Amino acid sequence: MDSLICYLPKKVNIYEFDWLFLTQPPKRYWEETENTDQRRPEEEQGTAVQNQNKSTVKERSLKRKNGENLEKKDPFPGEAPIPHKQLQKFQRGEKYKVPAGARRRLKEAIISSEAMSELAQKQAARYDLLLPEDAGFLEGDEDEDTNTISQDDIADAVDITSGSKYFNLHLSQFGPYRLDYGRTGRHLLVGGKKGHVACIDWQSKDLMCEMNVMETVNDVKWLHTEAMFAVAQKRWLYIYDSKGLELHCVKKFNDVLRMQFLPYHFLLATASATGFLQYLDVSVGKEIAAVCTKMGRLDVMSQNPHNAVIHLGHPNGTVSLWSPNQKEPLVKMLCHRGAVRSLTVDKTGTYMVTSGLDRKLKVYDIRAFKPLHSCFLPAGASCLSLSQGGLLSAATGDIVQVYQNVLGSSPVSKPYMAHRLRGQIWGLAYCPFEDVLGIGHGEGFTSMIVPGAGEPNFDALDTNPFRSSKQRQEWEVKALLEKVQPELIGLDPGQLSKVDQASFEQRHKEQVEALGFDPLAKDKFKPKTKKKGRSSAGAIEKRKRKVAHEDQRDEIRQTVQERTERDKEQKEKSNEKKKLGNKSTLDRFRK
Amino acid sequence: MAADEEELSINEQAISASEDEEGSDDERKHKKLLEAISSMGSRKRKKQNERSEASVQVSEFFVNAEGTGEKVNLSDLLGTVEKTSGASNKTKKQLRNLQSSKETLELPLNKQQTEKIQRGIAYEKTAAEVSCWRNIILQNQKAEQMVFPLNQESPGPKRVEQVVAGWKVQTPLEQEIFRLLHINSQPVDDPVLTPVEEQSLKAMSLEEAKIRRAELQKARALQSYYEAKAKREKKIKSKKYHKVQRKAKCKDFLKQFDEMVKTNPEGALEELKKMELSRMEERMSLKHQNSGKWAKSKAIMAKYDDSARKAMQEQLQMNKDLTQKIVVPSDDEHESNEEGLETIPDFVNDSEPVIDSVNPWMRGQLTHEEPEVSCVTTEDVQTAEEENEEEELVGEFERKRKLRQADEEDLIPTEEERKRAGLKKIQPASEVVEEDVVEVSDKEEEDDDDDDEEEEEEDVSEFNTLFRLMRSEKTLEGSNQTREGLNTPGQEDEEGLLNEGQIRVRNIEDLEVLGEFVDPQPIAEPSLPRTAAVEATSEPPYKKKREIDLKEVLTKEAKAVKVPFLPTVVDEEERDEQISIIKEAFAGDDVISDFIKDKSKLEAAGRPEVVDLTLPGWGEWGGVGLKPSRWKRKRERDEQISIIKEAFAGDDVISDFIKDKSKLEAAGRPEVVDLTLPGWGEWGGVGLKPSRWKRKRFRIKTAPPPPRQDQKLPDVIISENRNASVASHQVSQLPFPFQNTAQFESSIRTPIGPTWNTQSVVKNMTKPKVITKMGAIIEPMVKEDFIKNKTTTPGGKGPAIMLGENKRAKEGTKRSSEKHRGRRSQKRRK
Repeated sequence: MDSLICYLPKKVNIYEFDWLFLTQPPKRYWEETENTDQRRPEEEQGTAVQNQNKSTVKERSLKRKNGENLEKKDPFPGEAPIPHKQLQKFQRGEKYKVPAGARRRLKEAIISSEAMSELAQKQAARYDLLLPEDAGFLEGDEDEDTNTISQDDIADAVDITSGSKYFNLHLSQFGPYRLDYGRTGRHLLVGGKKGHVACIDWQSKDLMCEMNVMETVNDVKWLHTEAMFAVAQKRWLYIYDSKGLELHCVKKFNDVLRMQFLPYHFLLATASATGFLQYLDVSVGKEIAAVCTKMGRLDVMSQNPHNAVIHLGHPNGTVSLWSPNQKEPLVKMLCHRGAVRSLTVDKTGTYMVTSGLDRKLKVYDIRAFKPLHSCFLPAGASCLSLSQGGLLSAATGDIVQVYQNVLGSSPVSKPYMAHRLRGQIWGLAYCPFEDVLGIGHGEGFTSMIVPGAGEPNFDALDTNPFRSSKQRQEWEVKALLEKVQPELIGLDPGQLSKVDQASFEQRHKEQVEALGFDPLAKDKFKPKTKKKGRSSAGAIEKRKRKVAHEDQRDEIRQTVQERTERDKEQKEKSNEKKKLGNKSTLDRFRK
Repeated sequence: MAADEEELSINEQAISASEDEEGSDDERKHKKLLEAISSMGSRKRKKQNERSEASVQVSEFFVNAEGTGEKVNLSDLLGTVEKTSGASNKTKKQLRNLQSSKETLELPLNKQQTEKIQRGIAYEKTAAEVSCWRNIILQNQKAEQMVFPLNQESPGPKRVEQVVAGWKVQTPLEQEIFRLLHINSQPVDDPVLTPVEEQSLKAMSLEEAKIRRAELQKARALQSYYEAKAKREKKIKSKKYHKVQRKAKCKDFLKQFDEMVKTNPEGALEELKKMELSRMEERMSLKHQNSGKWAKSKAIMAKYDDSARKAMQEQLQMNKDLTQKIVVPSDDEHESNEEGLETIPDFVNDSEPVIDSVNPWMRGQLTHEEPEVSCVTTEDVQTAEEENEEEELVGEFERKRKLRQADEEDLIPTEEERKRAGLKKIQPASEVVEEDVVEVSDKEEEDDDDDDEEEEEEDVSEFNTLFRLMRSEKTLEGSNQTREGLNTPGQEDEEGLLNEGQIRVRNIEDLEVLGEFVDPQPIAEPSLPRTAAVEATSEPPYKKKREIDLKEVLTKEAKAVKVPFLPTVVDEEERDEQISIIKEAFAGDDVISDFIKDKSKLEAAGRPEVVDLTLPGWGEWGGVGLKPSRWKRKRERDEQISIIKEAFAGDDVISDFIKDKSKLEAAGRPEVVDLTLPGWGEWGGVGLKPSRWKRKRFRIKTAPPPPRQDQKLPDVIISENRNASVASHQVSQLPFPFQNTAQFESSIRTPIGPTWNTQSVVKNMTKPKVITKMGAIIEPMVKEDFIKNKTTTPGGKGPAIMLGENKRAKEGTKRSSEKHRGRRSQKRRK
């Protein structure tokens, strides 16, 4: 192998590869803190303090000479300083200053809340030290492109465990495969178009279950844990457990083409061929919302992990954003001239990458809904996927290309990595917390090593790849307790922490809409049924007169009616007669 | 006295003046009487002086006073004052001023007003009094956390002086000591312990506490284990088992009793009494007398059934045993016993150490003709017999359990088996012996079924087994010990045999073990993944062997395809506001759109044409020129349209989008309300139009809505609908201290959950505002609490133990404060 590969999977010690060189040595926590420690006393402490320090130093040296005082003094008193950059990373919003002339209570409230948020920020920045892992990357020679390096070479160069992450599953019978990785990145679910479904603990290559559902499989998705997964089959949506046992057949969800699972809301969002976007709450098993998109067949779907908004791509080149709370799209944007083939949203919810039939690849800033840049892929991209590290993989025909720095402002010029496969690519997904890209294609499944793809540090309380079953159970309970209600899904996830400034009328209107009646409306006027004075002699006489001769009245009414009818008929007849009488036989020749 | 004389003289004058009067006599008498009465009382009443006018003319008809009817002027008084030298100038001046002023004095204020003033003054006073609480209250209001009760004593050890606070130095010795301490400036008032010492003390206590807690936990755990065990044992249904247990207990008790006799004779006597009592009870009762229902039935069966007969005999035996008088071991017997005990070991050494199943000749069989060998008393024999039975039974139980376990484990072969095998390797000798025992016991069971004639033999054999058991126990304890301890000629042989025994195969399980034993290679190899499909593509040791497969070739191809991978960057066009801009945005790829058009055309051409399946006249009236019904046509058309739409979706995407957007914008615009009434206030008639002024006046335009969010984004439609579902969870009214939303929003911008914060911060953020100690009484705050804090620092300045008067003085203050508190508490009680 003539190329120099610098590959840093997170578990490899860099010093083992002394023949490699690094463009940028990974930062280690002690380096930075040392620097700051050196800087700190000069920057922050005043000159007076410095003088004091000097004097104390002098004293100490004198004492040492005399041998009187041997006890050591802390050269860096107080807490260790936190680098400004790190602090900034954990800043939440702007600091609010106490307005002039504020009342005592207000002043206290503001000051205490500010102190609290500052403490939280500092502590978080301090604990950032516990995330020591860095992402690595691949680098070639001066005249070598990284995309020419084959997977075999990479697998050879790295350690055994990392090398074993490159593997193929030859499954040519049940044709092109969709796939999904579990949230912890340990479990892989593959579903072949022709009904083959298998879930694998892919790191130990342990087959959890395998079956053929004897139906077309449109999509597969893990639910909140690796104990359950959903399969969108030809007609209905099915839910199986990890042993392959059919738990549910959800007949409310028909003709599902694509699915997305919103982990914090426990919602399974499905897009169907009939144009319906449906949400299933898997914690209670209820359909939360069914939205008729009126956009035709929905076979392009993605979720924004930042705000749990569902993105749908449509054949008319638009991408629409949906929440379960609104019957119309939150945003609808025209992205391509042709149909949208695939789209994906990055982890932070800042960028969206779309590809369309017009063979363009576009990067959008979905905070401002503005395109950042677009490029032309000769073959067009059928599948897109963004990794936690921000690497974009695009399936162009039977080749998977991986692009680096796509999300920046500058457009990309060449792929970071490339890999050719046999057969059409059908599914593409990065494995969380691993430098691995899973590719489902016509001939089976390929796990490809992509250095720098995964997030190197995981939150063990949220998604722990190494968790035991007991931990998983505990996590499940906790997650259910912390479940976010679907009403909170919206474009701005921080909406809840804002004051609702709607007017009273508007709120009242909404309330009326929600309740179906107006709670503040006045009752209709109802005349009182008076009882007093009803039995007076005059009143009784009046009433009697009203009802008197009822039978006779009817008769009279009938006879009158008959008479009028007869009269009418007679009149008509006479009119006709008159007309006829006026007209002679020759009249018809008249003009 | 002088006054009295004067009075008398006056009286005489008066009397002389009205001597003639007749009534004067009466008056005098009356006076005398009065005087007499008054003199009778012990106390002398003070006589009221009568005032008489000093006048020139004394008329008997009227009192003549000079200057009556004239007002007393100030000047009259002043005149005298002026003359007197004693009065001060000041008063003179004042009097003079008073004289000059002509004003009258003001009326005193009425009641309401005086009360009002008084109230005001009282309020001021109390306000001043109460205001000393203000600071502390403010402080408490501001405090982030309050811990009640307020004055909590710190846990941990206290200083001596704190404990001894109420203690007085009384005796001369004590006084002397403290005087000495004072003289030598020893720490009397300073803390006895330095803070460091105190801390270390605390730490010690903590450790101790921990140890103690651990002990307690252990004890509790043990207790629970025992409880569980007892429960488990209690649940066992086997009567035999329980019987055995009971007997074992009894035996243990007997053993203990023997010891007790030596160590605690009194206790033993008591026990003996108890036993005697039980014996008496047994004798009294009809138990074990074969007189019950069961016994009668058995008696019938006894003719034909051996077991029934045996059972009956057992019963009788039991009765015998229980009713047997307990022989108090005399000293002689004791000695003999001891002798016997001494003899046993020799006998043991003689024959038994070479027991092994391997060598049948080594089995020391005791013949029943040697009863004298066992110098134990008959009782002991009996007990031994029982013991044997019990132990056999226990052994049997164990064996059964083991077998069961083995079966289970055979079903599930695991690593445990290997481990167990290893264990077996370690203690094979003991197992050998155990197995032997089992065998023997089996035999005995068979023997049991035999006739009574063999009983004696049985006894002996049982004794043998017992002996073996003893040996086996020893071996279990430590095979080394036994080997060393037993100096017998056959030792080497035995050892050899034992070694042999190690490799001896007894069952299939052992066979496996043997195999493992023979080849020390570990079998544990990483099992290859079973799924044939999985290709571990990179395994360094094997990778060289790998054949050149298709994949490699493909990846090499991938290298070659480097250029087509490159995406061509399309210049990003600048956007204006209108449609043309969007078109421009998409203009860069005319070629592509052309291509797509071509493609779609091709696709359309390739697609089978729409087959008209409508059968005119089918389901309708026939006739010439009839057309298929409207709905039929419509349905087909819709289908076609949808298909075509999909096919040509890319064509007029932009215009469609713009149409959509403009529609939405129009819908969002408010409509003009026309309130004009034609003819109102004007001449009537046909064709009249309301005047221009009127139209202007009565067409109400509502305020334009705020600009749309997507106003400047031509290719985006953003929904203007409010998300009402979130609104129900939002704060709709600004909470108290905040004046605007920005303030409030900034105050809640930092989340407090553990998902976003470190543990300590979460604790800090969510700490409760008030902490109360469970069970503690929360007293209302006393003034001394905070005032004392201000003035004197607690614990330190004053000497801890006071001497003499000084102390008493301070005590006074203390007592007063205590009194104060006591009163308060009393009040509360009321």
